[in-house]
Amino acid sequence: MKATLDYILHLADNALILGQRNAEWCGHGPVLEQDIAISNISLDLIGQARSFYQYAAEIQGNGTTEDDLAYLRDERQFKNILLVEQPKGDWGFTVLRQFLFSAHQQWLFQQLSTHDDERLAAIAEKSLKEVNYHLRWSSEWVIRLGDGTEESRQRILNAIETMWTFTGEMFMGEAFETASGVNVQVGLPAWEEKVRNCFAEANLEMPANVFMRSGGKKGMHSEHLGFILAEMQYLQRSYPGCEW
Amino acid sequence: MINRTDTIESVYEILGRVTDPEVPVLTILDLGIVRNVEFKDESLVITITSTYTGCPAMDMIAANIRMELAAAGYTNVRIEQSIRPAWTTDWMSEAGKEKLREYGIAPPDKRFSIPEDGVACPRCGSSNTRLVSEFGSTACKALNLVPPPAKPSINAEIAKSPLIFSNVIDKPSIHILALCQRCSKKLMVRWRS
Repeated sequence: MKATLDYILHLADNALILGQRNAEWCGHGPVLEQDIAISNISLDLIGQARSFYQYAAEIQGNGTTEDDLAYLRDERQFKNILLVEQPKGDWGFTVLRQFLFSAHQQWLFQQLSTHDDERLAAIAEKSLKEVNYHLRWSSEWVIRLGDGTEESRQRILNAIETMWTFTGEMFMGEAFETASGVNVQVGLPAWEEKVRNCFAEANLEMPANVFMRSGGKKGMHSEHLGFILAEMQYLQRSYPGCEW
Repeated sequence: MINRTDTIESVYEILGRVTDPEVPVLTILDLGIVRNVEFKDESLVITITSTYTGCPAMDMIAANIRMELAAAGYTNVRIEQSIRPAWTTDWMSEAGKEKLREYGIAPPDKRFSIPEDGVACPRCGSSNTRLVSEFGSTACKALNLVPPPAKPSINAEIAKSPLIFSNVIDKPSIHILALCQRCSKKLMVRWRS
């Protein structure tokens, strides 16, 4: 079974938007090494996004390019989950989001690396090496902040409270996932286990019975996506075809 | 267009002149990113792979391959990118690893497949090093810290030098080096496995 165009775009959009969010730290990280780390993760994500967009562009045909897909689609056409488009917040928010996202991406890319769609499988297999890195780095930060000072703990608790409502969407199957032979619901236990283990070390608790927001996969986004796209797409919209 | 007497070997010889824009002491053959070379119909097809998905040097490497080959008379060149199997540091040549060490970057080592403390400093050989960051000036490098030598006389040159990888100056790492000078500790870079 081949993956559908919409599914490839969903994977690309997740990576691009989170990459763009993390890139906002470039030059603003708490210390230089971590500034470089988060910028590197951003670069990895943008690299993954490019691989997916290149594939999507080939599926779409008619001379579509990866740039058309990243720069010339509107808000409602983006299929990323709401989690990745939320503002970067403080460092606690950023590292927690990365952790929650990478914990899921690791499972997902493990599954996708044996997908019948060889191109998708190859991208997933390549990206998985990077995701393992992201997950290790972000878990260490969650532990450091959760089990750190009163201030750091408060920051990560705030982040958990703000963000938890966006985590459920990762495990709500969308038609383009089913049509691509991907069942995200079954990834929930693996994700919960990773989060629980990390939280246990960080002296943090997983919230229960939280209402889960969704809509991103359907193109129904929070107000934040429009602002990211405005910034990211401005140049290409104002100067169509402009190249470096 | 293509002289049929050309051999794949002669093409490899030319590719051996193309260097990595990030670490110019390494050729693309040292890195192991050239996956295939073949003559197909009227074209010379070179297949390359990236070290990681976001590697910004790939377009430049492809352009440099074209330039070197054009200089040798190959104009009908197609460059394809493969992603599977995914690149691994195992594909880096032994000669490449040695060049990396001389350049001041600790080469990949199977014993340290996950970044950790204790990677040998490429300059003084000390294993008394501490991991500072899993990410270095490019996404394929990690940063390790070497404490100042207890006996500066052991290696006076290193003790005087504020930098371990002083030749990497065109990257954000230069700022890390400045930080080092202040606390008189030294940094090295190792390749991300």
